[in-house]
Amino acid sequence: MVRPLGFLVGLGFITALVLAIFTTPLSNEENVALSFHKHPRHLKLASDGLVPHWDKAQLQRGMQVYKEVCSACHSLNLVAFRNIEDLGYTEGQVKTFAKGFQVPSINPDTGEVATRDGAPSDHFPAPYLNEVAARAANNNALPPDLSLITKAREGGKNYVYSLLTGYQNPPANLPAELRPSTGLHYNPYFANLNLAMAKPLSDNQVTYADGTKASVDQMAKDVSAFLVWTAEPKLVTRVQVGWATFFFLLIFTVLAYLSYRNIWADKKH
Amino acid sequence: MASESELNAGIEDGVRRRDFINIAAVSFAGVGAVAVVLPLVNQMNPSADVLALSTTEIDISAIQPGQAIKTSWRKQPVFVRNLVAKEIAEAKAVPLGDLRDPETIDQRTKAGKENWLITLGVCTHLGCVPLGAAEGESRGDFGGYFCPCHGSHYDTAARIRKGPAPKNLVVPPYEFTSDTVVTIG
Amino acid sequence: MSFPWAKPYEPTHPLMKWMDEKLPIPRLVYNATGPGYPVPRNLNYFWNFGVLAGAALMIQIITGIVLAMHYAANAGVAFNSVEHIMRDVNAGWFIRYAHMNGASMFFIVVYLHIFRGLYYGSYKAPREMVWLLGVVIFLLMMATAFMGYVLPWGQMSFWGAQVITGFFSAIPLVGEPVRQWLLGGFVPDNATLNRFFSLHYLLPFVILGVIILHIWALHIPGSNNPTGIEVKDEQDTVPFHPYYTAKDGFGLGIFLLVFVALTFFSPNLLGHPDNYIPANSLSTPAHIVPEWYFLPFYAILKAFTFNFLWIDAKLWGVIAMFASIALLFFLPWLDSSPVKSSTYRPLYRIFFWILVVDVFLLGWCGMQPAEQPWVILSQIGAIYYFAHFLVILPIVSRIERPLPMPNSITEAVLAKHAPDTASGPAAA
Ligand code: HEM
Ligand code: FES
Repeated sequence: MVRPLGFLVGLGFITALVLAIFTTPLSNEENVALSFHKHPRHLKLASDGLVPHWDKAQLQRGMQVYKEVCSACHSLNLVAFRNIEDLGYTEGQVKTFAKGFQVPSINPDTGEVATRDGAPSDHFPAPYLNEVAARAANNNALPPDLSLITKAREGGKNYVYSLLTGYQNPPANLPAELRPSTGLHYNPYFANLNLAMAKPLSDNQVTYADGTKASVDQMAKDVSAFLVWTAEPKLVTRVQVGWATFFFLLIFTVLAYLSYRNIWADKKH
Repeated sequence: MASESELNAGIEDGVRRRDFINIAAVSFAGVGAVAVVLPLVNQMNPSADVLALSTTEIDISAIQPGQAIKTSWRKQPVFVRNLVAKEIAEAKAVPLGDLRDPETIDQRTKAGKENWLITLGVCTHLGCVPLGAAEGESRGDFGGYFCPCHGSHYDTAARIRKGPAPKNLVVPPYEFTSDTVVTIG
Repeated sequence: MSFPWAKPYEPTHPLMKWMDEKLPIPRLVYNATGPGYPVPRNLNYFWNFGVLAGAALMIQIITGIVLAMHYAANAGVAFNSVEHIMRDVNAGWFIRYAHMNGASMFFIVVYLHIFRGLYYGSYKAPREMVWLLGVVIFLLMMATAFMGYVLPWGQMSFWGAQVITGFFSAIPLVGEPVRQWLLGGFVPDNATLNRFFSLHYLLPFVILGVIILHIWALHIPGSNNPTGIEVKDEQDTVPFHPYYTAKDGFGLGIFLLVFVALTFFSPNLLGHPDNYIPANSLSTPAHIVPEWYFLPFYAILKAFTFNFLWIDAKLWGVIAMFASIALLFFLPWLDSSPVKSSTYRPLYRIFFWILVVDVFLLGWCGMQPAEQPWVILSQIGAIYYFAHFLVILPIVSRIERPLPMPNSITEAVLAKHAPDTASGPAAA
């Protein structure tokens, strides 16, 4: 009973699929945009690979770029001032840094909306009050929060770095419908080729305290490195703990194997 | 002194009565169980506060011909599109027999306001938001909307033309409260 | 415990004797996974995966309970509560990544366990019930993992919930009400997240219960083995402890090494970047894909693009996807060959390996956008999948001539070790 019924059911599915094959066109519509789209360029960082470490000087520079350039439009909601001790700042420096920001609060006498100096436990304040305000200020485009950006995009840090350095004039053979309309900017690393963010970096836009030359490439590298840290502040610890665990387990596994051979020594199997 | 048959009849009667009592008791237990299960199942349906979000007002005065906006109703995206004459003509030119879910554009818009195409932005396949409402997004092979999830193409009346979706984009209940304001729900 | 030569449980310590009279749990354990359970002596490494699946479940339960101490199932804060676990909770990043990759490890192990069963005919009499309970566990695991993936409330969580509950809207007439009932709204929202959390917490314990039944049912006929020949006498078996506890200990070491490598060195390898973007009901990611372990079934869903008979393409896809799993329930009766192990089934073995390739092909297609050649490849893959179980298998089991089989497990083992039959130069 099961077999004849199963056979019929199987035949039903197979017929539906065969008909589907014959009614689905074999060619794809041409996706012209795809041929202009570029894969991100590789960005090598100290935090890469199996023996990562933080390049603290670079992270500090990256934070400076975020603060002086990106933070005009992008929030960094998940990062607190206290976290930047990881970048090599002392407790006192963190306090002073936090004081430089105004965070939303309540007037203790009247209860009205007010602001106060930041404290280490506060998070980086957002540039806009809410999404509507952010869209209104940006031609209806929403600048995403950057805390997790290097984990939230295909290509991660490579993508962020490539995007920041990838602005260029549209190629001559770009079809009209793919050309940037008003308020959009051509960038072959962006999925739609045209994005609402104007080229944010230009040479010497920031003045690095450590004297590093602030070329667009350098700033893009630094801020990408910083955003790798914001996305996963525990990355270096994670890999280090990983090695300790791995070697411990390796020894356990070898011992377990020897014990297994030992117990089975007199049994053919 | 009762005869044997009288006695038996009494027993049979008694058995029947006792059976009845047992059956009645089990039935009551069954009905009771169902009565308890009903609210337990029903609690999973949309709650009163979710249902309360049911009307939304939209100002359509800023939507230029050819453009569309995306808003939301009951947390679902809604597309409001200001069709140009060419798009309406295209939709009218399609023979109903060619459609998977046959509906005319007149059935899908309000009389006298044929240029306002208001639909849910929820693909009738598995519920993705189709592209085509925002500027620069692909509008698919038929100039309407395109769902990237499994490739459904909708035409300028938001009717399904190609791909796995079975139905046209849903037209929600709505009304023109004035020439520039639409109330959905 | 079913074999007469099984070692009897004889407690000597007075406390254990007392326990044995009042609540004989030590006896149960002794007879289930101790010296009291005789197991075929010739099991290969593919028999490690059952114990490993149990280990994976325990890892999920322990890490899950700890996560639940910090996680908040509210649509407004769920995403940030997971990031709070990643950043602020002590060792939170480890627990979260372990739970996330533990789910993948669980599926890897269970898939190997299932294919072991398919290759060695473990689903056949007298072990049909073991197989049926196994399929129930598999279904429960899929439900659990799906609901767990919704909890972090990222874009893939949200759109996964939207698409998967969308399957139910394919049911004629009552589809949309059923979907709203499942979601508790018109789109996935707070009500959805809360009920999924409740069920995600519950189901692993249901799985635990079904696993106990699965093992109970297994212990009645005893374990299958690579020859597929049933145990005949004491020579054919060894006690589970210490022989297989030792072997499983080694297996566990390997399993943990892979698990640790994933969790610590590449925790997001099997994840999707979009799930680090908070859920947004108004914008669909460009490319929705489920977790890797659902991909073959997702490809079957997408392969149906044609309205055939009175059923539309969408409903075909949904029915076929459920059927592709449900047909496993009928497997013991679809395959009528009395020979279990593929070692002695020359024809079936070929189709088995085609099936393996086919499932990988479907998985690959499931990951791709709805474009050619992926559509046609998934259609061909789905045709083979259904043909394999519903057409080929019943026919093969009729026409196949099995290879000559040894008389007993011991004979097979000794033949393997005899120098004259060894394939290489002098077996060690
Ligand atoms: C069959 C066993 C289980 C499986 C297969 C499973 C699977 C999953 C998966 C795939 C996720 C999403 C991970 C992510 O991408 O972040 C998840 C999240 C979660 N699970 Fe489980 N789980 C299991 C058992 C449990 C148990 C017993 C609990 C106990 C309460 C639990 C609590 C949680 C919590 C709180 C989350 C959300 C936190 C997060 O996303 O990391 N899980 N689960
Ligand atoms: S959800 Fe739109 S095509 Fe599948």
